[in-house]
Amino acid sequence: MNPDASTIAAGAPIEVDLAPIASGQDIKVFWRGKPIYIMNRTKKQIDEARQVPVASLPDPASDQSRVKEGHDQWLVVIGICTHLGCIPIAYEGNYDGFFCPCHGSQYDSSGRIRQGPAPANLPVPPYQFTSATKIQIG
Amino acid sequence: MSGPSDYQPTNPVLQWIERRLPILGLMHSSFVAYPTPRNLNYWWTFGAILSLMLGVQILTGVILAMHYTPEATMAFHSVESIMRDVNYGWLMRYMHASGASMFFIAVYIHMFRGLYYGSYKEPREILWILGVIIYLLMMATGFMGYVLPWGQMSFWGATVITNLFSAFPYVGDSIVTLLWGGYAVGNPTLNRFFSLHYLLPFVIAGVVVLHVWALHVAGQNNPAGVDAKTEKDTVPFTPHATIKDLFGTSCFLIFFAWFIFYMPGYLGDADNYIPANPGVTPAHIVPEWYYLPFYAMLRSIPNKLAGVIVMFSSILILVFLPWLDTAKTRSSRYRPLAKQFFWIFVIVAVLLGYLGAQPPEGIYVIAGRILTFCYFAYFLIVLPLLSRVEQPRPVPNSIADDVLVKTGSKAAPMVSTVIALAVAGALLAGSARDARAENQETPPPLKWSFAGPVGKFDRGALQRGLKVYKEVCSACHSLNYIAFRNIADPGGPGYSEAQAAALASEYKIKDGPNDQGDMFERPGRPADYFPPPFPNEQAARAANGGGLPPDLSLITKARSYERGFPKFIIDFFSTYQEQGPDYVAAILTGFEDKPPAGVTIPTGSYYNKYFPGHAIKMPPPLNDGQVTFDDGSPATVVQYAHDVTTFLMWAAEPHMEARKEMGLKVFVFLIIFAGLMYFTKKKVWADAH
Repeated sequence: MNPDASTIAAGAPIEVDLAPIASGQDIKVFWRGKPIYIMNRTKKQIDEARQVPVASLPDPASDQSRVKEGHDQWLVVIGICTHLGCIPIAYEGNYDGFFCPCHGSQYDSSGRIRQGPAPANLPVPPYQFTSATKIQIG
Repeated sequence: MSGPSDYQPTNPVLQWIERRLPILGLMHSSFVAYPTPRNLNYWWTFGAILSLMLGVQILTGVILAMHYTPEATMAFHSVESIMRDVNYGWLMRYMHASGASMFFIAVYIHMFRGLYYGSYKEPREILWILGVIIYLLMMATGFMGYVLPWGQMSFWGATVITNLFSAFPYVGDSIVTLLWGGYAVGNPTLNRFFSLHYLLPFVIAGVVVLHVWALHVAGQNNPAGVDAKTEKDTVPFTPHATIKDLFGTSCFLIFFAWFIFYMPGYLGDADNYIPANPGVTPAHIVPEWYYLPFYAMLRSIPNKLAGVIVMFSSILILVFLPWLDTAKTRSSRYRPLAKQFFWIFVIVAVLLGYLGAQPPEGIYVIAGRILTFCYFAYFLIVLPLLSRVEQPRPVPNSIADDVLVKTGSKAAPMVSTVIALAVAGALLAGSARDARAENQETPPPLKWSFAGPVGKFDRGALQRGLKVYKEVCSACHSLNYIAFRNIADPGGPGYSEAQAAALASEYKIKDGPNDQGDMFERPGRPADYFPPPFPNEQAARAANGGGLPPDLSLITKARSYERGFPKFIIDFFSTYQEQGPDYVAAILTGFEDKPPAGVTIPTGSYYNKYFPGHAIKMPPPLNDGQVTFDDGSPATVVQYAHDVTTFLMWAAEPHMEARKEMGLKVFVFLIIFAGLMYFTKKKVWADAH
């Protein structure tokens, strides 16, 4: 009763072209049935994320650990609130990140939980850069 | 089932069967000769009502399953086909959906009866535990059933509830993957939920057999809580309990029929008339009303795993009730303190239900935590304490004595508690409806010809509305569930079949492939559906500034607004079901050229007074004089809005007139039937009192 072969095959890695995404914009792609936010962060968002003392976070993680080195403006996170599974809205909330309308969880510009009932940061899916402007998710 | 029966049929064929399989004797000893306490009140009817409801759900469910397709891209459509094309499909669907709520109303009353009269005490502990198992199976069945129509609430309710299991350490994620059958809620989930939803009611039926068996070993409890000792204490089940149950059940059926025929959407959520969209979360995810108290407890606890444990414990704690409450006196009638705490508990449960439908903010969160504590305190602190300290009043010597003592005052508490429960239930049910209050002006209530128990569609309005759709709305909005033949159906615009064929032939329908393998166009036929203006979602968005014009077939059922207290209680009696049409008409007439001072609307959007957030992507679609009507009706925006909304209400529910007409006949029948049962019951019981 575990996922069958065709479901697993449909979950094969996908390639996404980042060139059309301007600074300060984001897109949502679907992989394995889950929405994935790909955000081209502004310098302000990156600085805001890096200035937060890591130890003060409910789910401590540095911004650097959640992005790829040399591609710091690209944030790739699974857009499913870690509380009960709703899709948070990008560019909303007090932290210039994500806001989940279901129960009010707020994530920052690194996708980390800052406020609200969600226990964990927005998960980062496995991905790698295949070129300067293309990533492969999965 | 108290020992071998002495029943012998007179008919030789039946004797032949009886010798080989004594089933007739079993039926006789269990449901005819079975000694029933003679002092039972109407709270004891709910066992029979529950058996009836299980039968109704299985029967309607099996019929629905003959027409339903459990596949993610086809499920929603198959349910609409049932509502529109299957003979009396709308009746089966409404019976099944309302029936689930009735099933839960009855089970909660049944459980509260058990709590109040101590029916869980020795020697009925296993009977009680079997009941808890049935309740858990019912909750699982109800949850999976709600997923099957694959609307927005179906999908997102499934997402939230299956995600709960990820709270468990180590095994959580594996459990969730197993439930999903994939990486997210999707087609494999729907398929397995359908399989289990079909299976579990038969498992319930099996456990019900054990439940009735356990009951017959101990015999029924009774309002006095004393055991039956002599023959004077009991009456044979048939005809005494049978006729009393028939009367009680027919009253319950009147209540049930009210929902089916006049208020089918009252306990549901408008969002479930929007097909499931994995990319868009509804603003308020609310489970069905019968899960609300537990949902409130889940959200009260700030920690995810603790919240899940508290939620499951709140049901499992019932299993331990016989050992938490060890008081020797069974019935709360003779336990003045326990009686008061019982009613406080009922209020706590209803309030928790109300909270489950509110957004988890501010005072609702605090109230939820206090009430969750009260819920557990009742079982873990109050009942064990009362067992030790309470001084109960003396119980009657026997059931027969209890019956002799019976005065008129016994009837009054019954009536007043029914009223109290009805009010509480109405509060709960009303709160379960969508709480979409923020940023929305209340649409003004309009007069609709189809409103009320005897409402009918105004034929002229339907025909004018069709014209407005064709000439204005169809440029951007599809009407996928309406076929040309439908405009000739009874209860609709009232065109002839020739007129429907003429309308169809005006359209070009894509068909094919032909023998060369090419697609081609041909004139429409009555069986064809109104063609959509765009071939796919992307084309629709590209032509409409990124916004997607929704399909209009169900729009008047898929939109609503919060009625608030006390309107939602009055609505139940006035059968107000027109939130959707009021909203749609308000949108069409609610455009304003200039937004009020201080309000900015993004470029590409328009200000609308009634659209949540006020910025709508649709430009004002209606202008005076845009459509001319043959019957001379005014060519005004208000007229267009009224007519097209009437047309869209018909498009959403083509069988509404048939539903209300059948409702009237059913009510007349049930009232007469209940009356006859009442007088027969009085006659049968005349000698027993």
